[in-house]
Amino acid sequence: MLCSRRSGRSRAKALPPEPAVIASTETQATTTTLQVDIWRGGATGCLRRYQVPRRDNQTVLDVVTYVQRHLDPTLAYRFACRVGMCGSCAMTVNGVARWTCRTHVSKVMRGARLEIAPLRNLPVIRDLACDMREFFEKWTQARGRFAPTRTRREDFALIPPESRERRAVDAAIECIGCGVCYASCDVVAWNPDYLGPAALNRAWTLANDVRDAGRIERLRAVAGDAGCHACHTHLSCTERCPKKLSPTAGIAGLKRAVALAALKGEL
Amino acid sequence: MTPARRETLLWIMQRASAAVLALCVLVHLVTVVYAVRGGLSAAEILGRTRGSAAWLAFYSLFVLAVSVHAPIGLRAVALEWLGWRGASRDWVMVAIGSALALAGLRAVFAVFL
Amino acid sequence: MSEWRARSHPAWWAFLVHRVSGIALALFLPFHFWALGRALAGEAALEGFLHWADTPLVKIAEWGLVLLLAAHLAGGARVLALEFLSWRDWQKSLAACAAALALAAGLAFALAL
Repeated sequence: MLCSRRSGRSRAKALPPEPAVIASTETQATTTTLQVDIWRGGATGCLRRYQVPRRDNQTVLDVVTYVQRHLDPTLAYRFACRVGMCGSCAMTVNGVARWTCRTHVSKVMRGARLEIAPLRNLPVIRDLACDMREFFEKWTQARGRFAPTRTRREDFALIPPESRERRAVDAAIECIGCGVCYASCDVVAWNPDYLGPAALNRAWTLANDVRDAGRIERLRAVAGDAGCHACHTHLSCTERCPKKLSPTAGIAGLKRAVALAALKGEL
Repeated sequence: MTPARRETLLWIMQRASAAVLALCVLVHLVTVVYAVRGGLSAAEILGRTRGSAAWLAFYSLFVLAVSVHAPIGLRAVALEWLGWRGASRDWVMVAIGSALALAGLRAVFAVFL
Repeated sequence: MSEWRARSHPAWWAFLVHRVSGIALALFLPFHFWALGRALAGEAALEGFLHWADTPLVKIAEWGLVLLLAAHLAGGARVLALEFLSWRDWQKSLAACAAALALAAGLAFALAL
């Protein structure tokens, strides 16, 4: 994906500089600049270099936003909440998939340089925006969908919060589908059919939902050719998950559940 | 056999053979380190091994476990690093397992009988 | 490659060592079986092989193989622990443990030579 860099200047029409009054109220403004290489293009393209004013407490999302607003309005990127809740701003920063709104430049910059690219393992739409469709299609393939057993006419299901199954679900349920784990997984890179950590993690939460009726179909779905057995415990997903989840743990659980079902002849 | 059943059974066989091999390899490493002290000669090796039914059984088990474990491991590598898919990959792995079993049992026969 | 920055955590290296050692051992094994099978031609044939193998280069290679075997065993034990034991936060320590065990085995072999 990386090709030779074209150094230097952006070619956008220059927008007016920020008003001086803002600079004076920023008590921590500095005058150094950051060299930022940003991926431009689709599947093929190049890194283009921008000079961005360096500020204390700057996040990578701040940097990307600055480039788009002041240097090159043609830059495409995604964000939404900018406070670390939605996962939309996930990108590859200096080779590592992260939420850019929660990544302080001071933590990741190398010298005075940053390299920003779209998430790996997903088709690039343009610049920093990638196509998440295959990511979510795999959630469907892994049967990441609840199959109810009760109707409104029956009593509520009572799930003790301290039960083993509920605790397993709690440990994995906070996934917001940001794609960082998927982008970090080498098995996905090597085997494009691999369902991936997020889809399998979600399947694991449903496998532990005692109200769910689709257990056997789900186990069959995750045990297929590019399913849970393809996980080789690299633990990159667990290492990178911004919500500190461990898809590897859930996948290990699926491996055990699937093996048990096969030995019982249920698969 | 569905892919789900096949992949699951291969996973089970891989872990089961791994458990067997863990024990076999420990014994083998200890034995080799012990036997290699002060040099190695054919007479020494064969003196220990020939006529020993226990060692014959042990190393036969070792060979069979390896013949299961190695091809299943290589199968994953073939897919992920060589892009090899489909039935031909599986058949080649069966062939490798069989060849290992034959060569290994031949060696066991050579050394223990 | 900037991708390697994303891979520099202990579990990833443990995986790579496990896979590479597995491939190396799978390639070595047929040779090992053939060498032992020389005993079929009689003790002198096996002795002839051992005599050929009695050079520093081969000794270093043997030490390398023991190291690979120990590393593969340790890496495999890590995988078995992760897949079968209740999840705990000591996965990184497991990788370190695996490395230490492998080195220990290699040392023991080196000392015995």
